[in-house]
Amino acid sequence: MERTFGGTALFLDRSDINTDEIIPARYLTEVTKDALKPYLLEDLLLDGFDPQGPALQQASVIVTRRNFGCGSSREHAPWALEVNGIHTVIAESYARIFRQNMFNCGMLAIELPAADLERLFALQTAGEVQVSVDLAAQRVVACAGDQKFECGFEISPFDKALVQAGGWVEFADQRY
Amino acid sequence: MGKTIAEKIFAAHLRDEPFPGTYVLDLDRVLCHEITTPVAIADLVWRNKDRVFDPTRIKAVIDHVTPAKDSKTAIQGKILREWARRHDIKDFFDVGRNGVCHALFPEQGFIRPGFTVIMGDSHTCTHGAFGAFAAGVGTTDLEVGILKGVCAFRKPASILVNLQGTLPEGVYSKDVILHLIGILGVNGATDRVIEFRGPVVDAMSMDARMTLTNMAIEAGGTCGICLPDQTTVEYLWPFIKDDYANQAAALEDFRRWHSDADAVYERVLDLDVSNLEPQVTYDYKPDCVKPVGELAGTRIDQVYIGTCTNGRLEDLRQAAEILKGRTIAPTVRGILSPATPKIFREALEEGLIAIFMDAGFCVTNPTCGACLGMSCGVLAPGESCAATSNRNFQGRMGQGGMVHLMSPATAAACAVTGVITDPRTL
Repeated sequence: MERTFGGTALFLDRSDINTDEIIPARYLTEVTKDALKPYLLEDLLLDGFDPQGPALQQASVIVTRRNFGCGSSREHAPWALEVNGIHTVIAESYARIFRQNMFNCGMLAIELPAADLERLFALQTAGEVQVSVDLAAQRVVACAGDQKFECGFEISPFDKALVQAGGWVEFADQRY
Repeated sequence: MGKTIAEKIFAAHLRDEPFPGTYVLDLDRVLCHEITTPVAIADLVWRNKDRVFDPTRIKAVIDHVTPAKDSKTAIQGKILREWARRHDIKDFFDVGRNGVCHALFPEQGFIRPGFTVIMGDSHTCTHGAFGAFAAGVGTTDLEVGILKGVCAFRKPASILVNLQGTLPEGVYSKDVILHLIGILGVNGATDRVIEFRGPVVDAMSMDARMTLTNMAIEAGGTCGICLPDQTTVEYLWPFIKDDYANQAAALEDFRRWHSDADAVYERVLDLDVSNLEPQVTYDYKPDCVKPVGELAGTRIDQVYIGTCTNGRLEDLRQAAEILKGRTIAPTVRGILSPATPKIFREALEEGLIAIFMDAGFCVTNPTCGACLGMSCGVLAPGESCAATSNRNFQGRMGQGGMVHLMSPATAAACAVTGVITDPRTL
């Protein structure tokens, strides 16, 4: 099962957003992914961001800064994104475990150089940003109003294979 | 070209290299707890693959919320318990025998030099203190580990941290690691192994080394690792005495994992700790660290001594030394959570528990509880806690609460005065 990646972008203009902020520990007593849906980013304190607001509800892509997903290994963080229809994160860098969890779930954690990311952030001034991702070609296209930004991205062949396989369980099950 | 300890462990466990730069390793230990394992179990059942690769290499514990606080946590425990039973996982630790995973599993002798270890818990890096490659992973990695006994990693580039000099009185391994995280930053070691060496590490007990390696993840590190030595041998001796003629033979065997003299490091950091002061965090990131003096006088509502970072016997002794003959400030709630039943019992027999109780502390059963705001000491909005744990994220111990990370001695000093206090001044 190959997903399509992209959609309306939500910009979180801060580095080091940790997995406690993505999904607080008080919800780790849930044993299904769907139960996490209402609590995504509930503890994130960021100017202009409302965890209950329409911007998060409409988002399919998160664009953020450095070291996204640091802290706890909880895969509840990518699951909380997944059940809210967010299958793509674009950032300058990630914490290792979060990044692997995303690929392991068949989702995309795209790393962009700071300069490209800056241009993506700048696109917000032109209106709502729509992102589309071509995984095979490793390209990101973002449009807002009459403006457009396009760039390539790097992804390891392993992580790409995981996303294309639908996740690590599927990949490992065929191979080991 | 020589190899680091991490590279030697990778080479010895390499199952597959599906793509250049991706190493799929055979696992010696897959460790499980009740928070991150139940979803993996449910997924395996759903896929009709409810199997385990080797029940003797899987160890499981209920530790985050125990005894269960409500129906949801009771269900998580039940899922793990029933799974352990149906797969004959003999090393399963339930109420009465359970403790904080990263204190309990080493104490049981499960972690050996040269091992590969994963767990669905970011502080799995703790086990690197034994010269193992130990990494925290998510539930999907855990699930594949349980089913296939493998896990994939990138090339383990290493940062060598040479700890030189001697630790001054009142300054401990917790202060060293907080100071180092302040230098590296919260992503300074991402995708890297932090190898701790030097006379300061050589002089440390296993308890102190585990404090050091425990917080490697707070700098983004995959694993913190120490080279196995005589201290490692002595700690493990009750578990390995039948495998070796004597301790010298065990040490000789463990030495094969030592990094080669010409091993290549991405970065080398020499740190002289001789003038280091007790360290305390401020704000909501573990790299926001200052010498205790700069935060002295800050109000504290709760003091929490315990966790996988600092809930071991040596930590309790250091705190008790400060608390002996003193009582805690009337404005402070003191909470002690010995990390395992064995530590609890030894602390009881040594008279440490009496010192904590005489000082006014509440002593809980071994659990992770308060560290992540799940039970046994959640903060109210606006409250602050002096904690020996490893994360000061916003909301970590309760929505709106502030956590100051520090050593057990500094936390005990804060308990006595009700404000952030240098333990050397008491």
